[in-house]
Amino acid sequence: MSNDKVVKVALIGNPNTGKTSLFNQLTGLKQKVGNYPGITVEKKQGLCKLNDTAKAEITDLPGTYSINPTSMDETLVLDALLNEKNNNFPDVVVVVVEIENIKRNLLLFTQIKDLKIPTILVINMIDQMKRKGIDIDVKQLEEKLNTKIVLASARKKLGIEELKSAILEYEKLDTTPIGKISDRIDKEYFTKLKDAFVEFPLYKSWLLITQNMEFDFLSDKQKKSVLKFRKDIESIKRYQHKETILRYQIINEVLKDSFNVDKSKASDLRGILDRILTHKIFGYVIFAAILLFIFQGIFDWASYPMDVIDTAFASLSSWAKSVLPPGTLTNLIAEGIIPGIGGIVIFIPQIAILFTFISILEETGYMSRVVFLMDKIMRKFGMSGKSVIPLISGTACAIPAIMASRNISSWKERLITILVIPFTTCSARLPVYAILIALIIPDKRILGILNLQGLTMMALYLLGFTAAIVSAVLLHYVLKIENKSLFVIEMPNYKIPSLKNIFYEVVEKTKAFIFGAGKIILALSIVLWFLASNGPSSFKEAEQTVTAQLESTNLSKQELQKKVASYKLEHSYIGYMGKTIEPVIKPMGYDWKIGIALISSFAAREVFVGALATIYNVESDSENVGTIKERMAAELNPTTGKKRFDFPTGISLLLFYAFAMQCIGTLAIVKRETNSWKWPILQLTGMGALAYFSAVIAFNILS
Amino acid sequence: MFKTIANLRIGEKGFIEKLCLDNIPLKLLEMGCLPGIEVQLIQTAPLNDPLYIKVNGSHLAIRRETAEKITIAK
Repeated sequence: MSNDKVVKVALIGNPNTGKTSLFNQLTGLKQKVGNYPGITVEKKQGLCKLNDTAKAEITDLPGTYSINPTSMDETLVLDALLNEKNNNFPDVVVVVVEIENIKRNLLLFTQIKDLKIPTILVINMIDQMKRKGIDIDVKQLEEKLNTKIVLASARKKLGIEELKSAILEYEKLDTTPIGKISDRIDKEYFTKLKDAFVEFPLYKSWLLITQNMEFDFLSDKQKKSVLKFRKDIESIKRYQHKETILRYQIINEVLKDSFNVDKSKASDLRGILDRILTHKIFGYVIFAAILLFIFQGIFDWASYPMDVIDTAFASLSSWAKSVLPPGTLTNLIAEGIIPGIGGIVIFIPQIAILFTFISILEETGYMSRVVFLMDKIMRKFGMSGKSVIPLISGTACAIPAIMASRNISSWKERLITILVIPFTTCSARLPVYAILIALIIPDKRILGILNLQGLTMMALYLLGFTAAIVSAVLLHYVLKIENKSLFVIEMPNYKIPSLKNIFYEVVEKTKAFIFGAGKIILALSIVLWFLASNGPSSFKEAEQTVTAQLESTNLSKQELQKKVASYKLEHSYIGYMGKTIEPVIKPMGYDWKIGIALISSFAAREVFVGALATIYNVESDSENVGTIKERMAAELNPTTGKKRFDFPTGISLLLFYAFAMQCIGTLAIVKRETNSWKWPILQLTGMGALAYFSAVIAFNILS
Repeated sequence: MFKTIANLRIGEKGFIEKLCLDNIPLKLLEMGCLPGIEVQLIQTAPLNDPLYIKVNGSHLAIRRETAEKITIAK
């Protein structure tokens, strides 16, 4: 098997052409998501069996309208096609176009064809041809475009086998460029360019000099000539303009005879939906209703599987303790590893529900309408309509959300978006909110349908968004960065979402979250367990000390053990750490145990719940483990005798978690995306100060 | 006064006369917004910005500041 031939295939196309559907059809679940070396953009690759002896390694490149990038993800496409030293440099490119927007889609095709890489053209969504009154002469089109054409419908699984055989025979493809555009722009100029880089196809040289970026794969000599050509910006701009016009002329010429649309068949469903969904009033009402629905869904529906998971892991811990022989290893498993894994699994319902909603909104084409509706408003806050999607994604996890901001072409708008995303309520905050809300807000319904706890959750989401918006406005006025707008978005056709695409998207995102954040959570749970069950000399002598102290009192054996356990925790390593920061967190109403949870939250917020679980677990008598919530509700404040998690402390904690920048993963990604430590440090200190002071104020007013 | 896309009434069509790459993103041209091409204003977002246009078979949204720089033939 290892001798199999592997063809490297790059999938390229405009957004909304069904490229991802095609990728899913070709690779199925044999996909992996990795990172491009050096940068953090996700790279989607998958294997596809072509026949008994050959396979294709397919890379799904980000959707783009042209090879000239205007944003970070589009830069990837350019790099993949220019850098022959890149491991992913394709043997063959598959350009996906959509039947209805074929004219615009072909622009990208003609550009790629000019790079002299073997290219196959897939015309997708042919199942809609009849309905839309479209008629294509494939033979003629193949001849004129000098390529192999495959008619396909990725959703209906049409044309997939044909595409596979076309990929197998890629070596037979003609790589002659179409139309000799350079000669028609300025023969003299392009001859000079050709002579300067004899080793490259002419169009590649043209792309090298027109992009305002560095290409590491060039030699020093090549870099010098690139810079020389770039000096003449006037000519470059004029020729780019001409190039685009000429490409469209060629495409129009090609399509004139081979592609016909019977306009009478066009339906105006799109127009009707647009008028409703982007209406001055209904547009916002519908958007708000969708958001409310999503948030109620996340809190209400997800709570059932989450309760089951919580209880299941608690009983698993008890069970492990009862069957395994007592000892350190058993304790590690029952108090460290099992609750640690439970702390990861418990997120799956919420993350899966959220990503299901987001991918439905993207798949249907509704997201573009949201961008359209929100752009002017978002601009008042220094952001773009495109910031809405990252801000919504931020409700799942800030890390992919910050990466999703890459399609914002203005640097200032993008930077502000990145800086305020961590204020949005990510799913790591959800378990913290959920458990605190369950402890301090009564589980009542008002008006019959709205759950009071759900409303509190919604209020916290709004608080996060408000904090994001207010800080964005501040940044908008403070940051002095020139803002050049390159905002152009496509308003795609409405589509019925494909279940398969949504399923893959949800599985992939959930997997990425579990294996990314999950590792940190599990590792930290084990470290915490260790720090809580070990300590300096006073810890080791706990048994004797407590027994000696309480000799005169007549405590039952069980109660005595409890006292020993809590003495142990207090004198463990983590107990000392919590005690050290206690004076600082006391004004917010927290004790050293909550302090321990706060410290651990800096790995990831959700560790808060796990940390408290571990702490109270170590402390509790071994027979009766109970759920995390039960343990927290039973915890008393030794100085007042009231509940530890009472209303003022609960609100103070909620505010602290709403505002504080407590995620190392996010800080790391912001550093990488902005290429500077300045911005993550600003987030850490600014958000930290806001969190601290609002928690202190709230606690003191309420108690 | 030149007439621009920003001056079109909703539903109104016109032919693009001139656009200049100094203040128009290349991407807009690449998406089909070219001289001599018919453009129709389909809708404006609330607050009259951005503008939803149909040009060369593509449905696009552009900001008012961009639309103001694309002149329409009278």
